[in-house]
Amino acid sequence: MSAAREETPLRRLARDFARSRVAVIGLAVLVLVMLAAVFAQVVAPQDPYDLAQLDIMDSLQPPGTAGGAGWTYWLGTDDQGRDLWSAIFFGLRTSLEVGILATLIALAVGVAVGMLAAYAGGAVDGAIMRLVDIQLSFPAILIALILLALLGKGVDKVIVALAAVQWAYYARTVRGSALVERRKEYVEAARCLALPHHRIMLRHLLPNCLPPLIVVATVQVAHAIALEATLSFLGVGVPVTEPSLGMLIASGYGFMLSGNYWVALFPGVALLVVIVAINLVGDRLRDVLNPRLSH
Amino acid sequence: MTQPLLRVENLQTHFATRAGTVKAVDGVSFDLRRGEILGLVGESGSGKSVTGQSILGLVDPPGRIAGGRVLFDGEDLVTAGEKRLRAIRGRRIAMIFQDPMMTLNPVLSVETQMVEAVLAHDKVGRAEARRRSRDALGRVGIASPEERLAAYPHQFSGGMRQRVAIAIALLHSPDLILADEPTTALDVTIQAQILFEVQTLCRDTGTALLWVTHDLAVVSALADRVAVMYAGRIVETGPIADVIQAPRHPYTRGLLDSVPSRNRRGVPLRSIPGMTPSVLDLPKGCAFQPRCGRADAACAVMPELPENGHAWRCWHPHDADARGAAA
Amino acid sequence: MIVFILRRLTQSAVVIAAMAVLVFTGIFAIGNPIDVLISPEADEVERAAAIARLGLDQPMHVQFARFVESAVGGDLGTSFVHGVPALGLVLQRFPATLELALAAMLLAVLLGIPLGLWAGLKPDSVAGRVIMTGSILGFSLPTFWVGMMLIMAFAVQLGWLPAGGRGQTASLFGVQWSFLTRDGLAHLILPAINLATFKLSLVIRLARAGTREVALQDYVKFARAKGLSPARVVGVHILKNIMIPVVTVLGLELGSVIAFSVVTESVFAWPGMGKLLIESILQLDRPVVVAYLLLTVLLFVVINLVVDLIYSMLDPRIRLGGGRA
Repeated sequence: MSAAREETPLRRLARDFARSRVAVIGLAVLVLVMLAAVFAQVVAPQDPYDLAQLDIMDSLQPPGTAGGAGWTYWLGTDDQGRDLWSAIFFGLRTSLEVGILATLIALAVGVAVGMLAAYAGGAVDGAIMRLVDIQLSFPAILIALILLALLGKGVDKVIVALAAVQWAYYARTVRGSALVERRKEYVEAARCLALPHHRIMLRHLLPNCLPPLIVVATVQVAHAIALEATLSFLGVGVPVTEPSLGMLIASGYGFMLSGNYWVALFPGVALLVVIVAINLVGDRLRDVLNPRLSH
Repeated sequence: MTQPLLRVENLQTHFATRAGTVKAVDGVSFDLRRGEILGLVGESGSGKSVTGQSILGLVDPPGRIAGGRVLFDGEDLVTAGEKRLRAIRGRRIAMIFQDPMMTLNPVLSVETQMVEAVLAHDKVGRAEARRRSRDALGRVGIASPEERLAAYPHQFSGGMRQRVAIAIALLHSPDLILADEPTTALDVTIQAQILFEVQTLCRDTGTALLWVTHDLAVVSALADRVAVMYAGRIVETGPIADVIQAPRHPYTRGLLDSVPSRNRRGVPLRSIPGMTPSVLDLPKGCAFQPRCGRADAACAVMPELPENGHAWRCWHPHDADARGAAA
Repeated sequence: MIVFILRRLTQSAVVIAAMAVLVFTGIFAIGNPIDVLISPEADEVERAAAIARLGLDQPMHVQFARFVESAVGGDLGTSFVHGVPALGLVLQRFPATLELALAAMLLAVLLGIPLGLWAGLKPDSVAGRVIMTGSILGFSLPTFWVGMMLIMAFAVQLGWLPAGGRGQTASLFGVQWSFLTRDGLAHLILPAINLATFKLSLVIRLARAGTREVALQDYVKFARAKGLSPARVVGVHILKNIMIPVVTVLGLELGSVIAFSVVTESVFAWPGMGKLLIESILQLDRPVVVAYLLLTVLLFVVINLVVDLIYSMLDPRIRLGGGRA
C-alpha cells in the first residue's frame, strides 16, 4: 500500500462505501427515515395519539380519502380514524428507539463480557464462552418470549429482553478479535510497561475490535427492530399506548379479513424498508471494513 | 506422412479479468503422434496447464478459447459441441490432474467414481462396470482391489490416490492422456514408481501422452519430445535428446542450468535472473527479453517458431555445441 | 461409532442438566415462584396451602431436588386455564407444530437447494441475481407480516386457500395429521410457505456459497474430464458435497423453525404448541409456559444429536475417521 496519498481512514472508508450505489441509497433512505422518526411531531400531518385530533367518522377510510380536517389520508385510516401516514411516523420512532437502545445496551454488556473473557482467559473465558454458546444455540425469539413472560409488558422490558438476546453475539465477536490482537506485540509492549489493565483493554484492544463490532451491531439493529415488531404483534411487546410498527400491523390483523388491507400493509412496508435499508448498509460495511469476508 | 493424433494450431486461450484480458495461451501449436510422449514444460503461470485443459474444453469462465484449432483425429474440438466433447472426454482423451488429494471427490466411494466413469461411455451392467473398475485398479498396482473399491479417497495415501486417478484414466483405453503435473505433489520415490508405471502402461496400450510439468528432469526420463513454454508461447521444441543436449533458447538453457542433478558438485546452482513476468504486462516482442542476457533491439519483434524438428523462438540462440563445451 | 454416540449422549445430558438449572433459577430465583406456580386468582388460604404443598417454604436445594424429581416424573404442574396437566397439554399440541415445521423444512430444502445451485453455478446471470435479491428480501421480511400478506392475497382477495386453522385431519399412528386430507393440505400450504420463507433464504445462501466453492474444485473438473453428463456432475458430485453444510445447518435450524412457528401459528390460527405458548403467556398460565420450555429444550438436544449422526453418515471422512487410520 502506498503512503503517498494523504487520506484519513475514515475518508477512505467513506469512499469505499460510496462505490456501491445500492448501499448509498440504503444509507440515504435510512437517514431520511431516522429524521422522519425524530421529527415525527413536525412531519406528521396529525398527532395520531391526540384524541382531540381524531374524528371517529373517518375510521377505516381507504387510502386517498379526503378527510374531514381538509387534508387527504394518503394511506387511509385505522378503526379509530387515525391517519396511517402519521401513525407510521410515530410508530417508526418507537421501533427505532427500542431497536437502537437495545442494541447499545447489548453492545456495552457484550463488549465488557467479551473483553473480560479474552483478557482473563482460562476458566473465566471457558465459563463465559460456554454460556454464550448455550444461549446462541437457542433461537432469539424463544429467549425473548420467555423473558417477557417473566418480566411482563412495557417498553423498558422489551428493551431488556432484546438486549439479553443480543449481548452474546457481541461477546463472541469481541472475544474473537481481542484474542487475535492480544497476541500482537504492541499489547505485549503495553503489558511490559505495566500499564493498568483497563487502559490496555480500552485504549489498545477495543479500537481494534471495532470494525467487526460495527458490522455486527448494524445487522443486529435490524434484527432487534424485526424482533420487537414480532413480539408486539404477538401481544407481549410494547403497550398499546406506545405503538410501534409491529403494534400497528397487529392492529391491522383484525381488519384484514374484511378486506381493509391498508391498516396492516403500509406499516409493514415501512418496517420492510427500514430493515432492508439497514441490511444493505450493514452488508456494505462488512465488505468495506473486512475485505476478507467479502466473498 | 500419416495424420498426427493431435494437432494443436495457434491455440489462444484468454481470461477476461477486471484488469484486462490475460492471454494465458497465446498461439500455441504442436503435434502429437499416436503412442508418442510429449513433455510440455514451463514455470507456473506459463500457460501449460491451461493448454492441457483447453484441448478438452475444460477451461472455466472467465477463461475461453479465443482462437485456433485443436484437431483430434482430424476433428476440431474447439468448434465441437459440448455433447460431442463429452463423448470424447474420458473415452478417447483422458486427463490426470496434479493434486491427487483434490481430484477424487471426497464424499463418493472409489467404486462410485469408477463405475460412473465406465457407465458414462459404455452401456454395460453395474456388475460388469464394477469388474472393469476392479481390474483397472489391479493394473495400476493396487493390492486387493476388490476391497479397495468400497473405500473412500481419504483412506488412500497420496500415491495410491493418484494410481486410482490413473486407473480411471485408463478405463476406456484412451488414445491420449493429458497428464497435468501428476507426480508433482508426490514423494520422490513414489514419483519414480508412478512415472515408470505410466510409461509402461502407455507403451503397452499405445496411448499417447501429453505430460505437463515444470520439471525438466521428469520429462527427460519420460518423453520422446519436449516443448518449452514461456508466457503463453512455446519458445523451444524438439526431440528430447536434442533439447537437453543442446538447448538453443536462453530460457531453456536457464531451466536446464537450474536443475540440481545436472550441475557438478561444488558448482553453485544457477538460476534464471528476474521474475516470471506479469501476464498482464508483457513486453513487446519476446517475453523473455527482460530476463535475458542476450537481448537487444531485435528482440522487440517476436521471432517466429519454425515448424518441425528442433526449433526455437529466438534471435540470438546459443550454439548447438555450447552446452557440451561448458559441461 | 458407538463411542461417538456415547460421547454425544453424555454431552447432551450435560446440556439438559445445565438447562434444568437455568429454568429452575429463572422461575424460583429471579421470578417469584408463587406467582409462577399458583394461579393469580387463588385466595389467601389456597395460596398458603399451595406454598406448603409445593414446598416453596423449603430451602433452595431441597426445592431444586423436588423440581427435578417431579420434572423427571413428567409432572410440570397443572394448567390454570385448562385444569389439566401442563405437559400433557403441550404434548397434545405437538404434532400440529411438528407437521407445520417439517412441511416448512421440506419446502425450504426442495426449493432452496435447486435455486441455490442455480445461483451458484451462474452467479452473474439474471436468474442468479434475482434469486440472490429474493433471498436478501426473504431475510429482511418479518415472518408475521409475510403471513398476513399471504392471507390477504390468497385467502381474502383471491379466495384460493383457507385463512387459518388446520382443516380436516386424519389419524395416523394414533395422531391427527392435516396433510392426509385434501382440506387439511389446503390449510397447511400457506402456513408452511410462511414458516419456510426465512429458512428458504438461508438454504439458498448456503447452497449458493457451497456450489461456488465446490464447482472450482479439481474433482469437479476431473468428473467432467471423465465425460460425465452435466446432470451427474451437478446432481451427484456437487450436490453431495454441498449437502453436508446444508443438512448440518438445517438440522440445527429445525429447532428454530419449531420456535418460530410461534409466530406463524399465531397468524394462521394453527393449533400447535406455539400458539398455546402465546395464549399461556397472555393468560399468565405459567405451568404451561414452563412445560413448553422444558419440552423445547429437550427437543433441541435430541435434534442436535440426530443432526450429528446424520452428518457423520453423509461425510465419510467423519464416519470412518475415528475407526481407521
